[in-house]
Amino acid sequence: MKLEPLLIPLFALLASLALFGVFVALAGQRPLDVYFEMYRGAFGTWFSFQNTLQRACPLLLTALCTALPARAGLVVIGGEGAFVVGGLAAAAAGVALAGTPRGVILGGLFAAGAAAGALWIGLSGFLRARRGVNETISSLLLTYIGVALLNHFVEGPLRDPESLNKPSTRHIGEANMLGSIPGLDVHWGLAVGVLACIAAYVLMERTVFGFAAALVGGNTRAARLSGIGVASIVVTTCALGGAAAGVAGAFEVAAVHGRANASLAAGYGYTGVLVSFLARHNALAVIPVSIFLGGIAASGGLLQRVFGLPDATVSVLQGILFVVLIASDTLYGRIRWGAAKGAHA
Amino acid sequence: MSATLGLWGIPLAVLGGATRVSTPFLFVSLGECLTERSGRVNLGLEGTLVMGAMSGYGVSYLTGSAWLGVLGAGVIGWLLGALHGFICGKPRVNDIALGIAMMLLGVGLAFFLGKPLIQPTAPRLGAIPFGSFSDNLQLRAALDVNVLFVFGVALAPLLHFGLQNTRWGLVVRTVGESAEAARALGYDVNRVRLLATAAGGFLAGVGGSFLSLYYPGSWNEGLSSGQGLMAVALVIFARWSPKRCLYASLLFGGAGAIGPALQSVGITTGYYLWNAAPYVLTLAILVASSSATRASADMPAELGVAR
Repeated sequence: MKLEPLLIPLFALLASLALFGVFVALAGQRPLDVYFEMYRGAFGTWFSFQNTLQRACPLLLTALCTALPARAGLVVIGGEGAFVVGGLAAAAAGVALAGTPRGVILGGLFAAGAAAGALWIGLSGFLRARRGVNETISSLLLTYIGVALLNHFVEGPLRDPESLNKPSTRHIGEANMLGSIPGLDVHWGLAVGVLACIAAYVLMERTVFGFAAALVGGNTRAARLSGIGVASIVVTTCALGGAAAGVAGAFEVAAVHGRANASLAAGYGYTGVLVSFLARHNALAVIPVSIFLGGIAASGGLLQRVFGLPDATVSVLQGILFVVLIASDTLYGRIRWGAAKGAHA
Repeated sequence: MSATLGLWGIPLAVLGGATRVSTPFLFVSLGECLTERSGRVNLGLEGTLVMGAMSGYGVSYLTGSAWLGVLGAGVIGWLLGALHGFICGKPRVNDIALGIAMMLLGVGLAFFLGKPLIQPTAPRLGAIPFGSFSDNLQLRAALDVNVLFVFGVALAPLLHFGLQNTRWGLVVRTVGESAEAARALGYDVNRVRLLATAAGGFLAGVGGSFLSLYYPGSWNEGLSSGQGLMAVALVIFARWSPKRCLYASLLFGGAGAIGPALQSVGITTGYYLWNAAPYVLTLAILVASSSATRASADMPAELGVAR
């Protein structure tokens, strides 16, 4: 039954779209029109598809923040925090290195973003390994702390005195920013994200480290008895995941905003959690799922303009999808020859 | 302000703020405590809290009665808890993962449905002026205590007594300690957990209504910033005892009141860092009260199975 991991999420997807249709109908809109506009806004034209890809970039990397530790049996949901501190550290590094060659600035910027993210989620993993602190709660608490740090630094020590309405750090300089992938209106984060997902897949499926991580996730006691350094595996998977989310934050600075401000905390980290669960924590599956959820996010603007639906409509769809998806876990092993028992969400 | 209290205003403002800030913590943690004693974790209470805040404000606005708003928030919380309890009752569904999903759904729904509620003003809950004997405005402000806080303080020992000394308390604890034993005794484990989760959701919803109907006292999207989640962590710190949940909530409330208290006397340096104080405190407490080698003796045994 190798089809189950494909069919059941697909079924969950259709069921949640149906539920979302009911919700939209209750809000006074015609579901079919809404579906059509969403398709148009996400994949309908070349322009909208590029918008979708643009939004998929951070998701590819923030999803890894949940997917990599999940391999070792951890539920990390703090990708938003790693994303935010990654972006903040990247902007700080970019400003500090002002005046040096562009390559040095960008190198330092991404190194700082990755290091900050790795530190953030690595701390969660460390507390888990050394003190048994629940990593789900600690990683989310660290997200709130990260957002507070961002606010503190952009309103205080790192504030650009010229940013009046929206407190921000100084700009890293237009000339230093990353451009687009040739032929696309999408920044290089897309390529890096896809490569990172492939690398994560190879690491987890084709290396000794990945095997050890899977052993830790499957049975921690057995892993410990067979001599695997459980603590180091836990901390490493968390740090790698955090680094990925931190790099996503750095791209947001280097390729989109040019500076760090409150718009970094736009929820890419939380959507990444959903991406990872929908992809069943498989790094390769993260790629299409990111593009799909990026599409949903991209269509949000159109829903606002055409139907006057609030911007939270996308969050509602994501929430329904998430709940139905987790509920559909109950279907595994219960499908026989296509005679599926329906799950009620 | 005639007789200012100078620097003494800070501890006073922290104390007064503690009763306000701690109330949502108190209700959510009591609800989560009840749920976890039945052997299940509901991480989605952050979403329930926000939904409670939104629906409480909405009902209060539509009916003109703040107390109906509190009730409405509780009912919404009850429904969300029941949904969580129902889905978790299905085989192979992970309660932690579902909690994360319910958190996102609750927040999304609240923002969607709450859009029309940002502008209008709804009737708010009143306060009991314990400080009416004094002329000092700062003292009076600090001693204005909301009725919900009093309810919460009374509820903690009541829940404690109920869990320890009543028949249903025994059933809940049995289900939480050993589902096998409860099943052998003829209890429907899923039903007990569903009811415990729904009741926990009710309390979390009420806690949410406090946010929108008293302090800060209006509906907006930045109303809750993780209080629901911190309350879940707080239950671990309180070692699954409702009484200790009360003390822990007051501690958290005090930590959350430091930032605004400093600001009220004109100290604004590091305002955002002080806002992070409750999260840092929660994390520090989790580190101090967890152990890598053994589970806490007070932890309901069935929670260990789920981990």
